[in-house]
Amino acid sequence: MFEVIFLQFLNGLDKGAAYALIALGLTLVFGTLGVVNFAHGALFMLGAFCAVMFRQFLTLETVTIDPTQTSPWGAPLEIRTPLVQAWFGDFGAVLVNYSVPFSILITIPIMLLVGIALERGIIKHFYKRPHAEQILVTFGLAIVAQEVIKSIFGPNPIPQPMPTDLRGAADIGSWIGFQANVITYPLWRLIYFLFSVIIIGGVFAFLQFTTFGMVVRAGMADRETVGLLGINIDRRFTIMFGLAAVVAGMAGVMYTPLLPPNYHLGMDFLVLSFVVVVVGGMGSLPGAVAAGFLLGILQSFASMTQIKAIVPGIDQIIIYLVAVVILLVRPRGLMGRRGVMEN
Amino acid sequence: MANSNIVLHVADVHKRFGGLHALADIDLQVEEGKTHAIIGPNGAGKSTLLNVIIGKLAPSSGQVVFDGAVLTGRKPYQINQLGIARVFQTPEIFSDLSVLHNVMIPAFAKRDGTFTLNMLRALDSETTIREEAEHMLEDVGMLNRRDMQAGSLSRGDKRRMELAMCLIQHPRLLLLDEPTAGMSRHDTNTTIELLQKIKSRGMTKVIIEHDMHVVFSLADKISVLAQGRIIADGSPDEVRGNPKVQEAYLGGAH
Amino acid sequence: MTNFMSRNDLLLLVGFTAVVLTMPIWLTPFGAGYPDLLQRFMIFGIFAVGFNILFGLTGYLSFGHAAFFGVGSYAAVWSFKLLTLDAIPAMIFAVLISGLFALIIGFLSLRRSGIYFSILTLAFAQMSYNLAYSVLTPITNGETGLQLTLSDPRVLDAAIGQSFVGQPVPTLLGQQLGGYAGFYFCAGFLILSFFFAQRVAGSPFGMMLKSIKSNQTRMQFTGFNTRPYALSAFVISGMYAGLAGALLAVTDPLAGAERMQWTASGEVVLMTILGGVGTLVGPVIGAWIIKYFENILSALNDNILTQFWSFLPEGFAEIVVKVTSKFVGDGWHLTLGLVFVIIVIFLPGGIMEGVRRIAAVARRSGPPGAKSHQHQPAE
Repeated sequence: MFEVIFLQFLNGLDKGAAYALIALGLTLVFGTLGVVNFAHGALFMLGAFCAVMFRQFLTLETVTIDPTQTSPWGAPLEIRTPLVQAWFGDFGAVLVNYSVPFSILITIPIMLLVGIALERGIIKHFYKRPHAEQILVTFGLAIVAQEVIKSIFGPNPIPQPMPTDLRGAADIGSWIGFQANVITYPLWRLIYFLFSVIIIGGVFAFLQFTTFGMVVRAGMADRETVGLLGINIDRRFTIMFGLAAVVAGMAGVMYTPLLPPNYHLGMDFLVLSFVVVVVGGMGSLPGAVAAGFLLGILQSFASMTQIKAIVPGIDQIIIYLVAVVILLVRPRGLMGRRGVMEN
Repeated sequence: MANSNIVLHVADVHKRFGGLHALADIDLQVEEGKTHAIIGPNGAGKSTLLNVIIGKLAPSSGQVVFDGAVLTGRKPYQINQLGIARVFQTPEIFSDLSVLHNVMIPAFAKRDGTFTLNMLRALDSETTIREEAEHMLEDVGMLNRRDMQAGSLSRGDKRRMELAMCLIQHPRLLLLDEPTAGMSRHDTNTTIELLQKIKSRGMTKVIIEHDMHVVFSLADKISVLAQGRIIADGSPDEVRGNPKVQEAYLGGAH
Repeated sequence: MTNFMSRNDLLLLVGFTAVVLTMPIWLTPFGAGYPDLLQRFMIFGIFAVGFNILFGLTGYLSFGHAAFFGVGSYAAVWSFKLLTLDAIPAMIFAVLISGLFALIIGFLSLRRSGIYFSILTLAFAQMSYNLAYSVLTPITNGETGLQLTLSDPRVLDAAIGQSFVGQPVPTLLGQQLGGYAGFYFCAGFLILSFFFAQRVAGSPFGMMLKSIKSNQTRMQFTGFNTRPYALSAFVISGMYAGLAGALLAVTDPLAGAERMQWTASGEVVLMTILGGVGTLVGPVIGAWIIKYFENILSALNDNILTQFWSFLPEGFAEIVVKVTSKFVGDGWHLTLGLVFVIIVIFLPGGIMEGVRRIAAVARRSGPPGAKSHQHQPAE
């Protein structure tokens, strides 16, 4: 019995980690800039397509015809060599194999630029406008982003293979004293979880131990006071938006082997992430992280056949149900502060 | 006995915020038809006291009684329906609506109660209420601005309109929170004139203010609040002559 | 008469009616004069007018109104299946059921305001959508969608001995409601809906809703319990959505769960914003424009574009075709998204604000005599 529960717990971790990462970025943007960003899911999706783009670039091929050999049906044999492999040899092959983790290197600058451009170009003008208008403009931006991706990459999901060495499963059970092969967990999901822990830890450390982070935290607590201190909060907020975009993008990149990305990936995650943020409490970073994992794990348990036998359909609605109950019973979510976003 | 016409009684109210004793042992009796001013230096607890009276803050102990009804625990709209209207420190008005509609809305609340589903009547056919509102606007000298959008009024006009919104309900008790805060000398004087004008109508008023000029031109009775306690209570002349008050409050001004 | 409706309101209603009823004529040159699309104009017009009663008047932004639309469709189809193929009982049934559904969801959601309210409505709608696809399959027929069959009981029809040959279709007093008959049936409801919305907006109740949007604090200190007002608006707009959903089932008796998805809720928000929040005519225009472009733009393809741009020099024309093709056909959502972003940034009041601004400019540059009218009434 314990094994089953533990396994479901593990199964919820990777999805929970994705929710937590998206919700973390949403909360950073909301807490610092005071903007409700419906385009945040689109940033997650754009990150995922950075990985797609990187791989497509790496797998550009040259076709040479080898006249000495023929294919089974008599035509001259075409030999396809990825350019990267042609240029870099074995290292190129490794690069292709590990394209997903390597694409983080290009994702960071791309997402930072996208984030800063969005903030300077559009979001900035919405700080003082009603939340409804912020929701609407970012909702429109999300539509634009997903349609652009659709017209470039097509409507179908594009699978991203994980590196061959990381395809197996980890026998977690045997690590903690169970029999071998009782509790196994796909290695990439474990990596995703650890990756999210590192990112979340990094963001918290950054906010806790740097001067920049200190100002941002003060700004989240009381924007006006910090403004009165004469600190140029605007530039920091631009960087903050860029940072949130980077976090969302990296979360998207690493998630591609688990779920082949398509253009509406962002919208799918956005709705859930908003629920996560609200459950955690608008403006609370620990709340967002806790609620992300909590909902991921709850969803995993709700999809157990034993549970579904008792409450049919529970797996379909669990997240929304939890959101409704928490909002009605604890209006400010698990860790929200009073008076945030109520008008 | 004087007790017979006490309309508002703040009885032994204490309010603590964490370790801070914001209000201590407040006992306040407001007589019917009188203008009762509460004055005190900044941070004395005046706004806290007003919020306790209006039911926005629950007192840590003690209670507020209005004409036999305990106010503590009631919702703002219920308190209003008992006959209490409030003017805010920064005018709370319907900025998107016209001045006339701003004044008509409270008249509907007075006539129809907390909720009525009167959606098939045309607003234009509510002539009685409109005339009443126009009358009220004339009283406060704003009839010429009746079709303006309320949000575009000057600060003084917003305040006068808010006052009209309260007066049209003929409240038994009117609470005024620094009615001249942030106003020019001219606007302050017109507001005082207006308040003096309505004084003759026999409405009870509680006014919170730190502008001495305003207080001494309006109040029948003054309570002085300092550090969450009432340190003096009496007619304007008594309070003016009270050495404790001079020390705590007026001393700084003179 | 003046007590009943002001002169301006009456003129607006008459004008609106005329525009709607003559649509089959004046929309033909635009390629939109066919019944199928015209019916959709009416149906989504009703949906948007109703949504505006909640969002436009009270300011509460619901992200789950598609749920009521879907419930209306299901209720109407069930009425066709169980009772009769006549449309009127189906409409009544659908409006009542969706109103009841809105009452429950509204009662819970309106305990919170701001974004919490939006998320609550979104969560309820997504739950309805997910359940319609899974556990509620006996009621909704899951992914296939609820359809009419020959073996449906239709007890009322059976009682009066009416029977049909072939595929059952909704009727009105024995008349089939396909084609233009369907359009005029829907048009009648749109005009009625518009009239009712006009009455609501022009009533004391409507003024209370606007004051809730303007300042809830003052509303409460003025002696109003704001929640029943907001709840009434929520239920009314839910019933409008149910009515629209039922009409969609009348014109095409098939109800699917995708009508309840949050993207469908987002669409009605787009319509209302595009046309002009809080105005009477704006949401209808927004709905028409979105439905029109959805049909027209998504039907364009490279061939048509090549013809259209053929006057350009050869190489250049190809580039232009390639670029424009991204914005039409399957890509028309991109156009929609861009237009929407531009509207929210530059024209938050939607098309109606644009019209007002143009009118103001025209008046300013008009004859000097007209000038004095734009000032506030003089002292």
